[in-house]
Amino acid sequence: MIKVEGISKRYPGHTAVDNISFEVEKGQIVGFLGPNGAGKTTTMRILTCFMPPSSGTANVAGFDVLEKPLEVKRRIGYLPETPPLYPEMEVAEYLTFVGKLKGLSGDQLKKRVAEVSEKCNVADVSHKLVSKLSKGYKQRVGLAQAIIHNPDVLILDEPTSGLDPKQIHETRDLIKGLAGEHTIILSTHILPEVEQICERVVIISRGKLVATDTMESLKNRMHGSHVIGLTVETQSESGPVQEKLERVAGVSRVILKEIHDGSFSFEVESLQGRRVQADLARAVVEAGWNLTELRPVSLSLEEVFLQLTATEASA
Amino acid sequence: MRNILTICQKEIKSYFVSPIAYALMAIYAIVSGFFTYVAVGYFLDRSIGATAGRGGPMDVNEWVIRPVIMNVGVISLFLIPMITMRLFAEEKRSGTIELLITSPIRDYEIVVGKWLGALAMYACILALTVVNLGVLFLFGSPDWRPVATGFLGMLLQGGCLLSIGAFLSNTTKNQIMAGAMTFGVSLLMWTFDWFTGFKSDAWAKVLAYLSLTAHFEPFSKGVIDSKDVIFYVSVIVLGLFLTTRSLESLRWRA
Repeated sequence: MIKVEGISKRYPGHTAVDNISFEVEKGQIVGFLGPNGAGKTTTMRILTCFMPPSSGTANVAGFDVLEKPLEVKRRIGYLPETPPLYPEMEVAEYLTFVGKLKGLSGDQLKKRVAEVSEKCNVADVSHKLVSKLSKGYKQRVGLAQAIIHNPDVLILDEPTSGLDPKQIHETRDLIKGLAGEHTIILSTHILPEVEQICERVVIISRGKLVATDTMESLKNRMHGSHVIGLTVETQSESGPVQEKLERVAGVSRVILKEIHDGSFSFEVESLQGRRVQADLARAVVEAGWNLTELRPVSLSLEEVFLQLTATEASA
Repeated sequence: MRNILTICQKEIKSYFVSPIAYALMAIYAIVSGFFTYVAVGYFLDRSIGATAGRGGPMDVNEWVIRPVIMNVGVISLFLIPMITMRLFAEEKRSGTIELLITSPIRDYEIVVGKWLGALAMYACILALTVVNLGVLFLFGSPDWRPVATGFLGMLLQGGCLLSIGAFLSNTTKNQIMAGAMTFGVSLLMWTFDWFTGFKSDAWAKVLAYLSLTAHFEPFSKGVIDSKDVIFYVSVIVLGLFLTTRSLESLRWRA
C-alpha cells in the first residue's frame, strides 16, 4: 500500500530525512517512532504530498507522490500534528467543507458527515463552533476530517499529543477501530502507544532508519544482554546476599530493587552470551536461603527504543 | 471550478462570521459618506454662485459623482490590505494550509478561490456607495453611465490590488507584515504617475504606465478603454500567477 524507497529531505546545512526506505502492507497499523526532531513529520509530509523529497521515491496506493500527487491526495487522509481546524466554523460545517475539498458532494457528502461524526463521537457537538471545543474534541474532529472521504491510507501525526489520559485512551480506541478498513501510519514518541496499537514499528532517529520490524521480533532481537529478576527469602541483611550474587561467574551487575519483609528482589545483569541462571540458583541455595523467584526480565519497548536510538547516536 | 467555489464560499463566510466584514463596511460607510457629503456641499455652494451668474454650467456628474468615485479609490487603498492580509498568512500560522495543500485540489484553485472571496468582500463594501449616489438620483437626474463604468473601474482596480495583496500575504505568516507590504505597494502604484510631472524619460513612462490612477481616470469619466481593461486584467493575472507560484514554492522551502 505504501512503498518508500530511499527518500531524503535535505535543507541547506542539515538533513531532516536521510535515505529512508520501508513498506507498509494493506490494512496494517504502523507506528512511526522516534525522538522529537527525528524526521517523522517530514517523512509524513512527503507521503501526503505536502512537500517533495529531495531524492528517492514514495508510492502510495500505487501512485507516485511526485508524478500523481492528486491521485495520492485522493487516497490519503491526513491529520497533522495540530489539527487543521477553522475556529470560526461549526463542526458540521467544517466537515462538510473538508468533504467538498476531498471531492464529495450531494447526498453522499451529507451521509459521510453524519457517519464520521458518529464514528468519532463528535455528533453531539456538530453545531458548536470549533473554537469552543475542548482539546479532545478538536482532536476527534481532526480525525473525522481525515477519514471523511474514506481514504485507503490514514496518516496521523502524533494523534494523542497534548490530550489527558482519558482522551488518549478514547483516541487510541478510535484508531484501533479504524484499522482494517484503512492502512494507518501513526507517529508518536510515546512508546506504550505503539505497543498497544501497532502491529509494526518503524523507528527513526536523526533522520535515519534505525529499525523496521514487527513488535515481536523487534523485542526478541534486543535480547542480546540478559536481565534476570531474582527474589531471595532470608534472615540475613541484603548486603551479604548482594555480595554473594555479584561473585557468581558471568554476572556483571546486581541491583537491589525491592525489600519486602525478609525477602529481597534483585535485578541481575549478565555478560553478553553467558547463561547464569543455574549458577545463581545454586549460589542462593548453597548459602541456605530460599529462592522464591527466578525469571528473565523482558525488555520493554522503551528500553529497546533507547538502546536502538542510543547506539545510532554513538555510531 | 467546483473547488474554486468551495474555497470562495469558505472565504466569504469567514469574513462575515468575524467582525472584519462589518468593521470594514462600517468604516467605509462613514468615510465615503463624509466624502459624498463634502462633494455635495461644494456643489450646492457653487450652484448658488452659478445661479447668481458667476461660473459656467453645473453638472452633478462632473462635480459630485466623479470626485466621489476618485475618493473611493483612495479609501480602497486603505481597506484592501485589511481584506487581503489574512488570506494566506492566517492559514499558514494556524496550520490549516496543510489541509488545503494535502487535499486533492490544484494550487491555482486555492488561489483563485481565495481571490474571488476577497473580491466579493470588496464588492460588498463598494455596494454601500450605491446608497450615497442613490440619493443624487433621487433628487436629480445625473447620467448613470459614468457611475456604472466607475464601479467597473473600481472593481478592476480593486481586483489588481487584491491579487497583489494575496501574493504578499502568501509570503509571510505574519498578517501585519502582509498588510503593511500591501499598503506600501498599493500606495506606490497609486502615485507612480507623479514621476511624469518632472521627468519624461523611458523610466518615467514605464512607471506612469504602471500607475493605477492613470488607468482609473477614464472609468470615472464614463469611458471604458480596452487598454485600461487589458492593463488591469493583466495585473490581476500576474498577481494570481505569482501567488500560485509562491504557494508551490512553499513546498520546496518548507
